[in-house]
Amino acid sequence: MNQELILQLSAAVLFLPLASFLLIIFFGKRLPRQGDAIGTSMLGLALLASVVILLAKLLLFHDEVLDFTFTWVDFKSVAGIGPLKIDLGIMIDNITAIMLVVVTLISFLVHLFSTAYMSGDVRYSRYFAYLGFFSFSMLGIVLTNNFFLMYVFWELVGISSYLLIGHWYEKKSAADASKKAFIVNRVGDVGMFIGINILWANYHTFTFEKIFAAIAGGQIPYDSNPWLTAAGILIFCGAIGKSAQFPLHVWLPDAMEGPTPVSALIHAATMVAAGVYLVARTFPMMTADALVFIAYVGAITAFISATIAIAQNDIKKVLAYSTISQLGYMVLGLGVGAYTAGFFHLVTHAAFKAGLFLGSGSVIHAMHNALHHQGDHHTDAQDLRNMGGLRKKMPVTFWAFLVYTLAICGVPLTSGFLSKDEILAGSLAFGKLTGQTLIPVIGFLVAGLTAFYMFRIVILAFLGDHKDPARFEHLHESPKAMTIPLVVLACLSFFAFYSFNPFGASSGWFFHAVERPMTAVPNAVAAASAEEFEGVLHESHVTAMMLSLSVAGLGILLAYVTYYWKKISAEKVAKALPPVHAFLLNKWYFDELYGATAVAGTVGFSRVLAWFDSKIIDGIVNGAGSATRLVSFASGKFDSIVVDGAVNLVAYLAGFFGLLFRKIQTGKVQTYIAFVLVGVMVFFFIYRIV
Amino acid sequence: MTIHLSLVHFLFVSAVLFSLGVYAVLTRRNAIMVLMGIELILNSANINFIAFGHYGALSIDGQMAAIFVIILAACEAAVALAIVLNIFQQFNTVNVDDVDALRD
Repeated sequence: MNQELILQLSAAVLFLPLASFLLIIFFGKRLPRQGDAIGTSMLGLALLASVVILLAKLLLFHDEVLDFTFTWVDFKSVAGIGPLKIDLGIMIDNITAIMLVVVTLISFLVHLFSTAYMSGDVRYSRYFAYLGFFSFSMLGIVLTNNFFLMYVFWELVGISSYLLIGHWYEKKSAADASKKAFIVNRVGDVGMFIGINILWANYHTFTFEKIFAAIAGGQIPYDSNPWLTAAGILIFCGAIGKSAQFPLHVWLPDAMEGPTPVSALIHAATMVAAGVYLVARTFPMMTADALVFIAYVGAITAFISATIAIAQNDIKKVLAYSTISQLGYMVLGLGVGAYTAGFFHLVTHAAFKAGLFLGSGSVIHAMHNALHHQGDHHTDAQDLRNMGGLRKKMPVTFWAFLVYTLAICGVPLTSGFLSKDEILAGSLAFGKLTGQTLIPVIGFLVAGLTAFYMFRIVILAFLGDHKDPARFEHLHESPKAMTIPLVVLACLSFFAFYSFNPFGASSGWFFHAVERPMTAVPNAVAAASAEEFEGVLHESHVTAMMLSLSVAGLGILLAYVTYYWKKISAEKVAKALPPVHAFLLNKWYFDELYGATAVAGTVGFSRVLAWFDSKIIDGIVNGAGSATRLVSFASGKFDSIVVDGAVNLVAYLAGFFGLLFRKIQTGKVQTYIAFVLVGVMVFFFIYRIV
Repeated sequence: MTIHLSLVHFLFVSAVLFSLGVYAVLTRRNAIMVLMGIELILNSANINFIAFGHYGALSIDGQMAAIFVIILAACEAAVALAIVLNIFQQFNTVNVDDVDALRD
């Protein structure tokens, strides 16, 4: 197998989902089973090809970067710049190959899961078409080797996410959520757009390699290091939007209005990982300041969303905030310089978080069916307070869910333990190196919170007694198409897939394959080098492991004490601290804050513009109208009075005299003769003939 | 006392005759009477012709003109009476006041 073949295969991986989209969107209604088999099998093929690519890449071309570039537009020689052209293309390095498998695997499993979960949906066929479209866009982000295509696919992911969140657009909340997701993402994308333009203005290329090479060669934007930091942070803004980082995290919880498999695919495993992938991709151009900024954004995000997750009652909302929190972890990991750990967490998280969402989908599906069976349309199928005891009725879902939960809590033997532990160790090392102790503190705190709220879900949903015994009888395990993906993802949440050592991933294939790239920025503004970092990391490893295990254990214990043994009443705690509870329940009032500032500001500004439009612009138009009308009126009056008046006067005079002379014309001959006589006499008088 | 006839006497008679003729023409309602008025006017003119032939420079020409007028009057009477006859047939009256079809 040579490089050409791998690149061709990757092109096939990219275009198979697109083919699925085109086929289903145009012929979906006429295809058997509305085309779901086509979508699923296309993704299955793409998954196979991706696995082949990954194996080939790791076994045959481990340290090489496969690249295929072609010139899209050639501007030839441009005055003042020299030769200018836009190159597009794809590249496959190890993180690309790994991401290909992650994306196609999750997408395939979600396709499979959806065939059962979405059956009977009004827009079943369109749903599968959009899934294919999303997969295509996401794979484009993963494969591209330049900012240009990255931005294009970035926006395609945005629009496909919009379409999928708004799948049930008859529901106002879903329509609003899709708009919110799209607009909030756009805010971040503006930053990314500016960042890309700074790079294009300075380097006249979009290709990652060439930009990093130019920076490494000493070319700094506008010859100033702050500009380099700014460019890095602006590109990171794109990640803030897509990966739902503070302060643009508000769209992700609302995006749970979409179908649950979509939440698993887009809002847990792939799309939100795009931001993290972007940071990983552009890591070499990030200065130390930019990385500190990134680390803080990640830490703040992780903390805020973990606290919110504790107080939520909707199972998907808890998972959504947990996703934001874990994404914060990944960003934090990349920011502190634990590049491999951050990216590793992305991969492990993709598996267990997709599993958690699909598991919650399975639970919601069962709850929904049971409620439907009872004719109950008021009880919320997603509310944790209505669940309980599901373990007995849904054993497969329960065990899978438990594995994912253990993984996300960082319990040993799971994949989450490996990746989270590395990030926490990295944050500890970062704290030691730079003195930013807040970041490791937040990191460990959030680990405890995560364990607490995740076990809260498990206990409330699966353990204890069901709230309604009548409903309990109608609950059933979900069909095979739903449980198989759960089992697959549960298997992938074990350590063995990533490293044979259950207590450290650094010796596994993953850490060997994904190494922190050489930074390209000048030494003066670079973060601590990989060697320096590794040295400190090694010392803090054991401390981190002990600490993270104890906080996770504490969190789990607290969850059991509160929700299982009920030694502490959650209601009493909530009542004792009403402002805190309300603050968390209302998500730190972010929506209210944005509603009062950004949204209200926009609406106000729109009102001003509307006023300007209706008063000033319309006023000018209407003024021109009435001025014309006035002139026409005057002109009309002149016409009807002066001109017509003159004409009518002539006519009137003629009429008047006609009337006058008509009286003389009596028709009587004698009168005429009398006139003649008078006339003759007058003439005589005048000429004095007599 | 002897009266010496002069031109003025003739002219005076002629003038009276003319005035009577005009009065008749203007006031009579009967078309026949109007024609008679016209005859008076013509004859007053004839008197003038004769008088000027006798006393003035016209000599024989005056008498010739008078005879011409008499002939003319005869013709005029013939034509006028024919018209009156036709008017009677048309309007069933010879009252000139009722015959005002020229009006308007």
